[in-house]
Amino acid sequence: MTAIDPTAHLTAEQIEELGRELDAIRDEVIADRGEKDAAYIRKVISAQRKLELVSRGVLLFSFFPPAWLIGTAGLSVAKIMDNMEIGHNILHGQWDWMRDPKIHSTTWEWDHVSPSEQWKHSHNELHHTYTNVIGKDNDLGYGIMRVDEDQRWHPFHLGQPLWNFINACFFEYGIAAYDLELGKNLHKRRRKNPEFRARAKAVGRKIRKQVLKDYVIHPLLSGPSFLTTLAATFTANLVRNIWTHSVIMCGHFPEGVQVFERRSIKGETRGQWYLRQMMGSANISGSKAMHFMTGNLSHQIEHHLFPDLPSNRYAEVAVKVRALFEKYELEYVTGPLPKQVFSAWHKVFRLSLPNKKPKVKTPDREQELVAA
Amino acid sequence: MTSTALRSRAWKLLEMVTTPLLPSDYLDLVSPLRAGADLRGRIEAVHPETGDAATIVIRPGRGWRGHTAGQYVRIGVDVDGVRLWRAYSLTSPTNRQDGRVTITVKALPDGKVSNHLVRRAKPGTLIQLDQPTGDFVLPQAKPAKVLYLTAGSGITPVMGMLRDTEFDDVVMVHCAPQPQDVIFRNELHDLVADKKLRLTEVHTATDGMLDIARLDELVPDWAERETWACGPAGLLDAAEEHWTEHGVQERLHTERFRPSIVVAGDGGEVTFSATGKTVDADGATPLLDVGEEAGVLMPSGCRMGICFGCITPLKAGAVRDLRTGEITEAEPGVLIQTCVSAAAGPCDIER
Ligand code: FES
Repeated sequence: MTAIDPTAHLTAEQIEELGRELDAIRDEVIADRGEKDAAYIRKVISAQRKLELVSRGVLLFSFFPPAWLIGTAGLSVAKIMDNMEIGHNILHGQWDWMRDPKIHSTTWEWDHVSPSEQWKHSHNELHHTYTNVIGKDNDLGYGIMRVDEDQRWHPFHLGQPLWNFINACFFEYGIAAYDLELGKNLHKRRRKNPEFRARAKAVGRKIRKQVLKDYVIHPLLSGPSFLTTLAATFTANLVRNIWTHSVIMCGHFPEGVQVFERRSIKGETRGQWYLRQMMGSANISGSKAMHFMTGNLSHQIEHHLFPDLPSNRYAEVAVKVRALFEKYELEYVTGPLPKQVFSAWHKVFRLSLPNKKPKVKTPDREQELVAA
Repeated sequence: MTSTALRSRAWKLLEMVTTPLLPSDYLDLVSPLRAGADLRGRIEAVHPETGDAATIVIRPGRGWRGHTAGQYVRIGVDVDGVRLWRAYSLTSPTNRQDGRVTITVKALPDGKVSNHLVRRAKPGTLIQLDQPTGDFVLPQAKPAKVLYLTAGSGITPVMGMLRDTEFDDVVMVHCAPQPQDVIFRNELHDLVADKKLRLTEVHTATDGMLDIARLDELVPDWAERETWACGPAGLLDAAEEHWTEHGVQERLHTERFRPSIVVAGDGGEVTFSATGKTVDADGATPLLDVGEEAGVLMPSGCRMGICFGCITPLKAGAVRDLRTGEITEAEPGVLIQTCVSAAAGPCDIER
């Protein structure tokens, strides 16, 4: 926890009251969820498929530069839509209520090298439950970066701007490795664990399929445009990776976002859980198109409060949530994308260097981390 | 290489092109009713029959295998964005030239699907279909004399039979509250005028419920007739008893509509059908805890309703969402989050 606790002015009763108010916001949306929302996600899915088809079609002629440009741009957008507004949100169960087996968290598979099953575990379960709790939420720095003054510095961290950049370019592979907890599992003994091996196999299969599709089959289909199509799909994947990485960095890394200690979540009440989500997330401000392209993760705060509400509702929820932030005198961290991206990167650079010991003493955390 | 082998190779290649989606995901965009697609239908027209009943004309997809008169079909309709499945009798003859089929739906007082179909369904809407099933059908060999005994919307499968196959001697006894509630009334009267049917209408609002003993007077030779009866349980129970009493029960064929009546209460007996365990649960304990306590292997994650790691099919009964109080009733394909759901009456969880 940062030196000064920004929630110190709230009493326990106030925190529970805040929780009740947030529950009421949630209930309101659920009671009103219906046909329009269903039509929305169907429209987005169908638009994504059409865009991908057309873009891939145009890329068959990618030796012709304008075709390359249009096809690559279209494919990049299609891939971003698949991962963000569609995949991420369906895998959260946001659309399970429709009872459509084709648009369901248990059946959906996305254009990504991490199989959705594994991602759901590390993301929905670990990250969303233990948001920003050092030592429990691996999203904090993805195990390769130091993102808080309280974390212990190691010379390895000197390179973290570079690691982060490489991670951004190959983000989907980073996520796959992360979902596999590669860092921890590559130790000799764990490597042999049958459960880990099965999961690693699944990732291998998924990577093979994705790579074959993007870098072999589609280029081959393009015949004389083989090389240009190869370059196009590579570019589209790169654009998608950098984009999603940026959006996701903005969710929890910008300055002003709080991190928490393990001890602080012992016996956490519903109100306290909500409060942690509020203080541990940051938004991106911008146009409707901006919200759409981020899969509404620009409403990261609202998403963390209500991860299973349909994404198209976050914008209206945000107005009410923000009013609660004001009422309880809490800081709603938000800003335009460039500012937030800069802020997050700034932190990555700053914390690559050692800092003075934090002002608040946290004597036994170090031990706890070792014990974990 | 045989052509099937070739085709399956080509399909494999196509799957590589579209991974992680399937080629059919793209084909569905342009041709959802094609052969090989999941079976669907398109509503082409909705014709009102009475104040609260309508006939829905459906063009089934190419995979439709056709039906036998008297059968029913399960359809999946999106009501307020939620897909709900119900079974309805087919009312169209099997030889309809244009390949369309019809169901006739009566809006029930609290029926989500029936009200939607009767009052709000729009031509052009896609619905999900199953293949037709049911053994309330006519036999291969034509019986000499036929009796149809129906009440309310129980007339629908029989109408499918009447329209499909002509018999020399057909009598129908049909019960409905008032004349205007008789579904297909004009068509029935036309059949009567053409001497193809003898019809007795029992108007229960004025005449009272049909006393099965009155059959002797309405259809004196009822015991000699091959009989198809469809309607509410009371009528069918009485008929079965009556036919058995006279030793002619093999001439009676019945079809029961079984609206599964779920009584939502507070807590109840929970069955974990895959494991074969049954335990009592109160209305406040999450089913995840109930299952774990009983030694059932339950999938779980956050245990607070956000990760969807615990979802499990609800096969029967009802559960209550502990956060919102919302009741979810079992229907095919319904999954519940066990960590935030408690038993609302007896229920069956597939674990
Ligand atoms: S265990 Fe996470 S939603 Fe039930």
